[in-house]
Amino acid sequence: MQINKNSNGLLSIYFTAGYPTLNSTIEIAKTLEQSGVDFLEIGFPYSDPVADGPTIQHSSEVALKNGMTLKVLFDQLKDLRKHVKIPVYLMGYFNPVLQFGVENFCKACREVGVNGTIIPDLPIYEYEELYKPIFEENKISNIFLVTPQTSEERIRKIDSLTTNFIYLLSSNATTGKHLEVKNQSEDYFNRIKQMNLTNPFIIGFGISNKETFEKATAYANGAIVGTAFVKILAQNNPLRLIPDFIGDLKK
Amino acid sequence: MSKYQVNDKGYYGPFGGAYIPEMLYPNVEELQNRYLQIMEEPSFKEEFEQLLTDYVGRPSPLYHAQRLSKKYNARIFLKREDLNHTGAHKINNTIGQILLAERLGKKRIIAETGAGQHGVATATVCALKGLECVVYMGEIDIQRQAPNVARMKMMGATVVAAQSGSKTLKDATNEALRDWINNPVDTHYIIGSVVGPHPYPDLVARFQSIISKETKIQLLSKTGKSTPDVVMACVGGGSNAAGMFYHFLDDEDVKLIAVEAAGHGVHSGESAATTLLGKEGVLHGSRSILMQTTDGQVVEPYSISAGLDYPGIGPQHAWLFKSGRGKYVSATDDEAMQAGLELTKLEGIIPAIESSHALAYLQKMNFSGDETVVVCLSGRGDKDLDNYMKYFNL
Ligand SMILES: Cc1ncc(COP(=O)(O)O)c(C=O)c1O
Repeated sequence: MQINKNSNGLLSIYFTAGYPTLNSTIEIAKTLEQSGVDFLEIGFPYSDPVADGPTIQHSSEVALKNGMTLKVLFDQLKDLRKHVKIPVYLMGYFNPVLQFGVENFCKACREVGVNGTIIPDLPIYEYEELYKPIFEENKISNIFLVTPQTSEERIRKIDSLTTNFIYLLSSNATTGKHLEVKNQSEDYFNRIKQMNLTNPFIIGFGISNKETFEKATAYANGAIVGTAFVKILAQNNPLRLIPDFIGDLKK
Repeated sequence: MSKYQVNDKGYYGPFGGAYIPEMLYPNVEELQNRYLQIMEEPSFKEEFEQLLTDYVGRPSPLYHAQRLSKKYNARIFLKREDLNHTGAHKINNTIGQILLAERLGKKRIIAETGAGQHGVATATVCALKGLECVVYMGEIDIQRQAPNVARMKMMGATVVAAQSGSKTLKDATNEALRDWINNPVDTHYIIGSVVGPHPYPDLVARFQSIISKETKIQLLSKTGKSTPDVVMACVGGGSNAAGMFYHFLDDEDVKLIAVEAAGHGVHSGESAATTLLGKEGVLHGSRSILMQTTDGQVVEPYSISAGLDYPGIGPQHAWLFKSGRGKYVSATDDEAMQAGLELTKLEGIIPAIESSHALAYLQKMNFSGDETVVVCLSGRGDKDLDNYMKYFNL
């Protein structure tokens, strides 16, 4: 599957690697694919996740306690492509990547078959100035975020740097802050749609159920569910709950 | 342009920058574009200087501590930031930032605090200007620093407990950043040290640079020479040190000594000696030196002094350290407590435990008798009486 301008109603799920248990990563990914999810964002945990609300903070904390590190994650993902065919993006903060080595990180992503990365605190200037060639050499797409406050000029710039899709935040907020899509968001979604960007865009933050998913995908090529799914993982024996959760979203 | 000051991209050598998620970009960009221009406005300068004089009580004295000088065989001056309103250097920065926030049209102020000194200094200027104030403070620090919590509340601030992570300063800073993400339009974040994304390290250093500006003038009139041989300051995030060093950075004959908190000992596992234990990394929006695991997870520091237990240092300090311009050393809890008691006995001044760390390094300097030394006495010890009482069984 390729995410492109003609994609329609794509569903992506975010979950934190190493949560609820250290070795749940691949099982969760497989179950999500089997349940009909179109692509995945696998989070690698960080001690100071400033862009995240309490739910994802908690999952990160538990994952770290469970012993999750980038090294462990890449070991777990060694056979990723034997089990999972849909696109996979790694999402996390910059410091663990910096310590792993940006080049090692991009190479490891390529080796295990990860398609791209979302690193919210690696800004455009630093990306272009210091790291862009490394990502490109390894064919790893780095995904940038756009918020309702992002200027048109900057959105154009992001569009020109993007090689995959643009991650549109439904509101300027931490993850899980609003589990609804606000009405004024629709004006902003429309504004972005009218800009006729080169790249497809996917909406995230505030997508939690069928209603918000449909609202978002009326404008965007797809939508991402994070916090609402991580809450499912907090329940007993979560794998069995996944098919229904996904089924309800995509019905 | 000094090679030790920030460049036009927000970097000090390899350190600094603005490693922030897109959600913070508009606010940070606005600050980047406007801070210098606002600080240059005559009306800003006039109000800043007037408040520093009439409200803070500046200039703070440069006191020749004779008995201390005798003991350590040097001519030692104390820059008395402890005599400022609210008891520390922190107010120099909050006065500057509240005037900036007003000119940016912000209606709501947020801040993080560890020991509560910066929180109090922020609550103070918000009361002064009638602006809403929310201070994030680690749940554990709220328990440890009850009097400062009460001060903030009396001044009308809301104190919010940071309950994430280790529930101390680092997490209070995370919560303040999250608040700013969720309130992108009307809120200004008054950060308390020379940390955070560009332009904060430079902005805060400029507001604190009044410390060395006054020192030069005072030294000239007291000694006939405006530069000392050595300046010393403690480093948590590094704002009092940045202010103390500022106007001496390009004067390579002036030795800059920065003292970090070694807690129970640098290698005890309970320490905040960042330059010794840290590695290059990114936290709270800037690239600097950071205490962390090999996997890049931030390590919780320890010091008896709540104002120094931060796992990073400002990017300018990382650069002064790496370039060799500054000497970065450390003092343990015990050394600092003894130095605090010693100053009290010799000079009748009870220092903040943070400042005691700078004093504690005097004994390792081995002065030869004719050096002129300035120590930044960043704050007074009133807030630390409990700690002094427990430590010395008073
Ligand atoms: C009296 C005093 N000195 C020093 C510090 C440390 O901060 P900085 O390193 O930014 O000067 C604090 C922080 O709370 C303080 O209260």
